[in-house]
Amino acid sequence: MDLYAEEIISHYEHPHNKGKLDAENATFHEHNPLCGDEITIHLHIDNGRVDRISFEGNGCAISMGTASMLTDFIKGKTLEEVEKMGVSTVIDLLGIDPGPGRLKCATLSLKTLKEAIFVYEHKSVDSGTRNL
Amino acid sequence: MTLSQNSEYFAGESLNVDRIRRDFPELSVKVNGNRLVYLDSAATSQKPMQVIRAVDEFYSRYNANIHRGVYKIAEEATAAYTESKEKVARLINANGIEEIVYVRNATEAINLVALGWAAHNISKGDHILISEMEHHSNIVPWIILSNRAGAVLDYVEIDKSTGLLDDNSLHENLEKSPKLVAITQASNVLGTINDVKQIAKLAHKRGAKVLVDAAQSVPHMKVDVRDIDSDFFAFSGHKMLAPTGIGVLHAKAEILDRMEPVFGGGDMIKSVEYHSYTPNDLPWKFEAGTANIEGGIGLGAAVDYLNMLGMDRIRRHEMEITKYALERLQDVSNVTVYGPSLDMLESRVGVVSFSLDDVHPHDVATIFDRDGVAIRAGHHCAMPLVTKVIGKPALSRMSFYMYNGNDDVDAAVKAIGEVKKIFRIK
Repeated sequence: MDLYAEEIISHYEHPHNKGKLDAENATFHEHNPLCGDEITIHLHIDNGRVDRISFEGNGCAISMGTASMLTDFIKGKTLEEVEKMGVSTVIDLLGIDPGPGRLKCATLSLKTLKEAIFVYEHKSVDSGTRNL
Repeated sequence: MTLSQNSEYFAGESLNVDRIRRDFPELSVKVNGNRLVYLDSAATSQKPMQVIRAVDEFYSRYNANIHRGVYKIAEEATAAYTESKEKVARLINANGIEEIVYVRNATEAINLVALGWAAHNISKGDHILISEMEHHSNIVPWIILSNRAGAVLDYVEIDKSTGLLDDNSLHENLEKSPKLVAITQASNVLGTINDVKQIAKLAHKRGAKVLVDAAQSVPHMKVDVRDIDSDFFAFSGHKMLAPTGIGVLHAKAEILDRMEPVFGGGDMIKSVEYHSYTPNDLPWKFEAGTANIEGGIGLGAAVDYLNMLGMDRIRRHEMEITKYALERLQDVSNVTVYGPSLDMLESRVGVVSFSLDDVHPHDVATIFDRDGVAIRAGHHCAMPLVTKVIGKPALSRMSFYMYNGNDDVDAAVKAIGEVKKIFRIK
């Protein structure tokens, strides 16, 4: 499996779920100071589930491609399910471990998504999410 | 233990890169099955055996604290540490070791000036002048200080058409009679060499003190602090073949005499009473606690190595590679190169930043890495320059040293082809 496989490049060039969201009720913005990647996750949460999700941002193919794949994957998941997600969720989506140099790019969207949900639930962000 | 000029290191007037590479163990490491092509010396240089051995020898043969013991190995360690300062003083043509303060790196040197000199000499409404091409190490200390003191921080603009500092902007800002002018001698992003001698002359006429950030110049060209007439001059050891954790602040002795120590402790005093102390002689007044002895000794060995090759030869060698890189990149479509152009090589160190269409530099660097080509990707700790002046979130950068050759540039150009293939760019 190749980090720059056809699928991630295709998601990067033609992202799914990109843009703002009408009637969002949770959002979070993150910034990776190392490479300047930026992302905002918009959510509409209904009845403990992710009803709709979108993202805005700019960055490398890994961070933006993963954001597109992750937002597809996350639709309909319960908040409880999302809270349990971690590095392995992202590696499964990509089909490859991007390695220590690029892992932060790959996990940026998940980290932002989880932070949005913690804030929505008035919970403090857990250690696992902070260190994503 | 000075290395003499050794003919096997030279091919006529040029450097024998094959011979030099054999001194650098890291360069024989394989990356993903390929030869390591190290193009990130502006971040940190590789280290020659001569430096690694000097550190090893210190710990194996004469490890002891300096300025304290009266036994043989302590005297040896003290002598080696002091001798390293003598070598550094000669390298930059300082008056003597009283002007050579060892710190962790250029960043700490600049912060030492901010805390020890500027904090006592710059007050509300005073101006501090830096430039748009500064590294964060020569920006953030001045933001912190100007916020605390109520001073005004001004920036000399860059002439975007040449990549040089804008003369008009320099003159306009000097009209404000800044208390301090802090400018880099060579940009770590654009490669631009600034005429710091001329800037110092103009700044002194206005009554300013002058700090030169020499982190990217001292490793790559002959410098002369007396000719430049800088008041403060900062650089790092790890970018010039020495270990990390050792850097240099050079300052005029008369300024250091009047400057307050920032750190108190052992070794920086002559005597201590209950409520007073007498500071030590220069430069020890600014080095509290046990020094980075291995770093100092490693830096001394690094200076020996640079002198063996000759700073002028190193500079010429890097100019040739830079010329070759700029020529090759000219022929690659969708590549934009930043900094002074081919006809201004004299104003450029061996730093070549570029962007490739809209591909993010981190993707570029990851794909380069597959071929064993190590380049830097990011904002290069110069965010105002990269994000505001150039207007990109990040850039890719190759930077050269004495162990690089045209074959390294060829490897980079080939890797650009790989990036284009993956991102379907012409």
